[in-house]
Amino acid sequence: MDKLVSAEEALSVIEDGMTVGIGGWGPRRKPMALVRALLRSDVRDLTIVAYGGADVGLLCAAGKVRRVIFAFVSLDFMPLEPAFRQARESGSIEVTEIDEGMMLLGLRAAAWGSPFIPTPVGLGTDVIRNAPDIKVIDSPYDDKEWVAMPALPLDVALVHATRADRSGVCEIASPDHYMDDWFIRAAKHRVVSVDELVTREHFSDPDVARRVYWERNCVQSVVHQPGGAHPSSNDPLYGFDVAHFKAYAQHTSEGGYDAWAEQFLGADEAAYQQAVGGLDAIQSLPLPAY
Amino acid sequence: MTFSLAELMVVAASRVFDDEGEVLATGIGLLPRLAASLAMRTTNPDLMMTDSQSFMLSAPNPVSGLKTHAGQSNENWMGFSRVFDNLWSGARHALVGPSQIDRFGQSNISALGGTYASPKVQLLGVRGFPGNSIRHANSFFVPAHSRRVFVEGECDVVCSIGYNPERLPKGYALGDIDVRQVITNLCVMDFAGPDFQPRITSLHPGVTLEEVRDQTGFDVAAVEGLGETPAPTAAQMALMVELDPEELRAKQLKGNPPGIRDVTAATQ
Repeated sequence: MDKLVSAEEALSVIEDGMTVGIGGWGPRRKPMALVRALLRSDVRDLTIVAYGGADVGLLCAAGKVRRVIFAFVSLDFMPLEPAFRQARESGSIEVTEIDEGMMLLGLRAAAWGSPFIPTPVGLGTDVIRNAPDIKVIDSPYDDKEWVAMPALPLDVALVHATRADRSGVCEIASPDHYMDDWFIRAAKHRVVSVDELVTREHFSDPDVARRVYWERNCVQSVVHQPGGAHPSSNDPLYGFDVAHFKAYAQHTSEGGYDAWAEQFLGADEAAYQQAVGGLDAIQSLPLPAY
Repeated sequence: MTFSLAELMVVAASRVFDDEGEVLATGIGLLPRLAASLAMRTTNPDLMMTDSQSFMLSAPNPVSGLKTHAGQSNENWMGFSRVFDNLWSGARHALVGPSQIDRFGQSNISALGGTYASPKVQLLGVRGFPGNSIRHANSFFVPAHSRRVFVEGECDVVCSIGYNPERLPKGYALGDIDVRQVITNLCVMDFAGPDFQPRITSLHPGVTLEEVRDQTGFDVAAVEGLGETPAPTAAQMALMVELDPEELRAKQLKGNPPGIRDVTAATQ
């Protein structure tokens, strides 16, 4: 089955008010080309679930978001994400703030068809006090109370991988696939963007096949977009763009989202890449060392 | 031998791992990571540590000057999802730097002031603090001891569980909570007083009990026979040079003050 489509076609399934999960982690391997396609669309009132970076910041700043379910939104080397910070402090978005591990459990519950997963994580903290939707329950097996972390079912998952074939067999060659497999499994509809399009034979190498973290029947759309994670990293292909993140922070804090969009977003991904220095420059960004 | 306050704090912080055995040591931030690395190289070679990315290391990477992860001493793959699998077992000790800590040992990295709907200052979010605090030991590292950090009331957002009877979950005892030590630029504290109350366990050279109490928003006791935080040894100093070749530890505290206060300067 050929699932290769353009970003716009892939995202045409997203309607106002849907819940969208975004893979990656902070400034690392975010499906940013898909996020930019969302920014150019007229979709709104989204609920976003993510280990957030500039994906969450941009969508909030652009007015696409009603609610964010998050544990953090950070660019790592720049701990506070500037646009998310503005959105929070202005009260323009609703939030459900949960522990990083609670998010993992919520995605797993959705993937497994369970209404919740019991956990001690969150007990005694404001995570429980601030989110009345997250219930604390008694156990049938002991005398303790437990957080019943509710499933986080996603209408759509957006993930950026290293390579895929047209049928949706995806390789993540980065050192970590983060929670991307759980974002994929928690979603009804999954869109995977990749830097490189390959043929099925690529996966016959067992070392490559081990870097496939979900199955092709978990993927509905494949989008081929070299440099599509920029300005986040797609290790081992390229690092994150510190200079662009700094420009992003400066534009959003001085002129808001419009200032950033006017200079960088462009009418399509080709225009964006030209505005940030070109694909060659993206692919030359050095890998970070921690 | 001269040493900086940062180096004194790193050595003091490294001691939180001394008797931990084979646990995952996680130091968040340059000085805490240097402290965990120092412990792994000296008092507790059984410690486990990641490369802050996706592999467990048999020997810590330097905290500065690392150009590539290629060639590092990988032991096993340790992606973020797997970190949770390991830490929820309880065999981890994290050394972290919250923005607020209260008298219960609860801490905050999420937001300051305002409301949940609209905080005055958005910080990071709760990250993994709730799960860490209910499942394993945690110590705190505070580079600027003040009433802004050690707040008078409860933290603005309680991200990690502490010794607050009012928040204790059903079926738990206060002793199930495991807040260990607090290393600040003035002193070392713990929560091992009566009813898990905070107390000062050592003062850094030249710091007075009065000064610590003045900079702390809640009452804090002191251990009997309160002594001075031990100075780094020559071996520890040499290891810090090796683990931090670009001397980023000199840039973490404002003005990089000396480990032994210049009393002449302080009285001017």
